[in-house]
Amino acid sequence: MPAVNKELREVLNRAEDHHRRFDTTVHDQVTEASYARARQIVARSVNQTTGNAPSWQFRLDRILTSRITGLPIMVALLAVIFWITIVGANVPSAFLSGLLREEGGLACWFSDYLGVNAPAVLRVSLYELLHRLASLMTAPSWLAGFFIDGVYLGLAWVVSVMLPPMAIFFPLFTLLEDFGYLPRVAFNLDKIMRRAGAHGKQSLTMSMGFGCNAAGVIACRIIDSPRERLIAILTNTFVPCNGRWPTLILIASLFVAVRVPAHLATVVAAATISAVTLLGIAVTLLVSLALSRTVLRGEPSAFTLELPPYRRPQLGRILYTSLIDRTLFVLLRAIVCAAPAGGLIWLLGAIHIGDATLYQVVAGALQPIGVALGMDGVILLAFVFAIPANEIVIPTIIMGYQNLSRMTELSNPGQLFADNGWTLLTAACVMLFSLLHYPCTTTTLTIWSETRSARWTLLSNLIPLSIALAVCFAVAQVTRALGATIGLHF
Amino acid sequence: MSDRSSELTLAQLEVGARAYVRGIRTNGLLRRRLVDLGFVPGSPVEVVMPSPGGDPVVYRIKDTQIALRRSDADLVQVAAEPAIAEGEERAISCGVAFTACNGCTQQKDVPGLNRSALTVALAGNPNTGKSTVFNALTGLRQHVGNWPGKTVTRAEGWWSHGGQRFRIVDLPGTYSLLSTSTDEEIARDYILFGAPDCSVVVADATALERNLNLAFQVLEITNRVVVCVNLIDEAKRWGVDIDIHALSEELGVPTVATAARRGQGLDELKQTIHAVATGALEPSPRRVPYDDELQRAVDDLVPLIEAVIPDLPNARWIAMRLIDGGDDRLREEMANGVLAELAGRIGSGSLRDGMRPDRADVKR
Repeated sequence: MPAVNKELREVLNRAEDHHRRFDTTVHDQVTEASYARARQIVARSVNQTTGNAPSWQFRLDRILTSRITGLPIMVALLAVIFWITIVGANVPSAFLSGLLREEGGLACWFSDYLGVNAPAVLRVSLYELLHRLASLMTAPSWLAGFFIDGVYLGLAWVVSVMLPPMAIFFPLFTLLEDFGYLPRVAFNLDKIMRRAGAHGKQSLTMSMGFGCNAAGVIACRIIDSPRERLIAILTNTFVPCNGRWPTLILIASLFVAVRVPAHLATVVAAATISAVTLLGIAVTLLVSLALSRTVLRGEPSAFTLELPPYRRPQLGRILYTSLIDRTLFVLLRAIVCAAPAGGLIWLLGAIHIGDATLYQVVAGALQPIGVALGMDGVILLAFVFAIPANEIVIPTIIMGYQNLSRMTELSNPGQLFADNGWTLLTAACVMLFSLLHYPCTTTTLTIWSETRSARWTLLSNLIPLSIALAVCFAVAQVTRALGATIGLHF
Repeated sequence: MSDRSSELTLAQLEVGARAYVRGIRTNGLLRRRLVDLGFVPGSPVEVVMPSPGGDPVVYRIKDTQIALRRSDADLVQVAAEPAIAEGEERAISCGVAFTACNGCTQQKDVPGLNRSALTVALAGNPNTGKSTVFNALTGLRQHVGNWPGKTVTRAEGWWSHGGQRFRIVDLPGTYSLLSTSTDEEIARDYILFGAPDCSVVVADATALERNLNLAFQVLEITNRVVVCVNLIDEAKRWGVDIDIHALSEELGVPTVATAARRGQGLDELKQTIHAVATGALEPSPRRVPYDDELQRAVDDLVPLIEAVIPDLPNARWIAMRLIDGGDDRLREEMANGVLAELAGRIGSGSLRDGMRPDRADVKR
C-alpha cells in the first residue's frame, strides 16, 4: 500500500526533524529525570542506617582482588577444582567403565575400591550382556560387531570418561559463580585480557573450557560485545577440556615422569601438564591478539562489569544449573557425535585388505605425514576419528597398534607405545597436537549454533588445525635436527 | 577552582575518594551505557578499589559496584562538590504532576477469565535474584531454550494460582531498555509486543534507586506492572528499611517485598500478579514526566503515529524513541511494516492466545 507507506515516510521524516533538534540529548534527559525521581522516591520510602554491604564483604574483596594475593588465590582455587575433578572422577569413572564395557563387569571395581568380591550378578558388564544377547538371537557377527563393538562401545567409552569429571567440575564451578567470585576473576584478569584485545570475561569462558569447550563456547554469551565474544568463541579450544586431560595425564606420566626418580614422578607429571596448560593459555592470548588485530579489528567496546555482593550459594540451584543445563546438555550432544564415530572406527578395524585392517592401510598412507609431525600414521588417524570426542584418542591408538577391530585399553600401554617406536618427541608431539588441534564435533556444532556463521565455524577449526600442524612440524624437525648433531635419534 | 574541577575525571581520583558526576565526555553507545548505569550529573560516586594490575577500577555508583577501565573512567567528568543536578530540579518542580494522580491502584471486580494461561514477563537488573524469583514461582515447571534466532537464553515456566494458569517468561537481566543491546531489545520487544498480561520488575532492595530506573522504563511501556522488591532480607541486614506501602504509593503500581531464596513474600506476589493479570487490579503508574520541550515534540508525533499504525499499544514510547534517534532498528521496522504487523496482531488478540510473540514469527 504505497499510500500508507507515504504517510509512514512523513511520520518518520517528522520524527527525524525532531531528532535533529534534540540531537542525542533525549536519552540523557529521560534517564536523568528517571534517576532524579528514583532518588526522590527512595528518600521518601527508604530509611537507611548504613546501606552498605557488611564489612566482611569489603575485606574479602580486598583479599581476592589484591595485587599480592588476588592471582595466587585464583590459581590455587582453579587448581583445587581440577584436582578434585581429576581425583574424584576416578572412582565413578571406573564404576561406569565396569558397568558399561569392561570384561568381568564390576569385578575389578569392587576389588580395587571396596576390597571385596563383587556379587555374581555384577560381574558382567552391559557390553558383555549385549554380546550374549546377540549370540542368543544368532545375530550376524558383522551386525553385532558394528553396533556393539562399534557404536555402543564408543558411547560407553565417552560416557564413562566424560560424565564423572563434568558432573564434578560443573557444580564446583557453578558454586563459585553463585557465590559471586567469578566476576572478581574477570576483574583481576581484565588487564591481561585487554592487552590481547579480549574481554576480562574471556577468562571465565576459558575456565569453563577446562571443563568442556562446548560449555565454554556457550558461556561466551556473558560477553556482551560481539567482537570480544567472537574472539572468545574462536579461541576456546586452546584450553584443554576434560576429554583431553586423561590423554595428557597418561602421556605425561608414561613418558616424562618415568625419566625421573620415582619420588619425583608425580611432581614432574603435574609440572608437565601445567606447562602444557600454560602453553594453551599463551596460545589463546596470542591468537586473541592476532584476531583482534586482523579479521576482528576494532576498538574494544564498552567494558562495564558489576561486582555483585557475595551471596550464600543455593545448593539446589547449583545442582540444577550445573547438572541439567550444562552436564546433561553437553553429554547428550557428545553422545550424538560419538555414536557414528564408534561405528566407523569398528568398520575400519573389521574390514581387512589382505592381512591388514583398513585402519592400518589408511594409517600406513598417513605415516609420512605423521612422522613429519613427530607422530605416526596410527596416531594421526586416531586424532581424525576422535574428532567427535577427544576421549577416544588413546583407545583408538591402542586398537590401531594391536590390529583389533574395537577400542581397547591396557593396564600399561607404555610398553605397547614404546614397541611401536614412541620416543619423548612422540609423546611431546601427541600432547601438543591434543592441546592445539581442532575443537571436537560437539564444540563445532555449538560454535555453529552460537555464531550462525559458516565462516566463523570454519575458521574456528582451521585456525587451531594450522597452528597444531605448524607447531608439531616445527618441534619435530628442530628436535630431530638438533638430535642428529649430538648423535641422538628421535 | 571551577575550571580545575571541570577538568577532573573519574580516572584521576584516588582509591577511597568520593566525588559527584558532572557529565560524560563521549557520545554514542558508551555514553548511553554509562548513563544507564547511573553516571548522571549529580550522582555521588566512590572509588572502591583497583584490580591487581591497577586497571580496571571498581567504582560505587547508585549502591552498586561497577568496574570500569581507566580509559572509560577518564570520560566521566566529576567534581568534588555536588552541583544541583538539572534533572533533580526538574523532577522536584514537576512534583505537582505526581500528586495529581488519582490514588494508587483501582480495584475492580472482573468475572472469571477463561483464557488458558495468562502471560507474565519477568524483568529486572542483573544480580537482583531475578532467576531465584523465577525458580521460586515456577519450581521445576520450567523450560529453558533460546529466544528465536538469538543466542540469548530464554527460560519459561508455569504455575497455577486461584484456579488460573500463569505462564512466565524470564527476560534477560538488563540495566535499561534504551541502549539497544541484544538483551535489551529482547526485553523491550517482549514487553512492548508480547503484550504480557502482567510485567513483574524485580528490584534489588539494597540498590533501589538504580533498580527503579528500569521500573520507570517498563512503566513507560505498560500499566500492568508489579514491582517485586527482592533481597529484602539482605537489605534488612544491611540496615536498609523500606516502606513498601509508601513505595507503592509513589510508583502507583502494586509493590511486593520478597526474599525469594527463603520463599518469603511469594504468596503475596502470586496474588498480586493474579490481580493485575486478570484486570481485577488496575495500576495507575505515576510516570516520570518528560521535560516540556520533549513533551511537545512527543505530543506532536503521537497522533501521527497512531494514525499510521492504529493498534500500537504505546505510541508515546515509540515517539520518544524516534526523537531520541538511538534506535535504528525501531525506525527500520516501522518503515518496513514489521511494527504495524506486530501491533496488528496485538490488536486482534491473536498474540494472547498462547502464540509466541517473537520476532521470528514475523515474516519479513
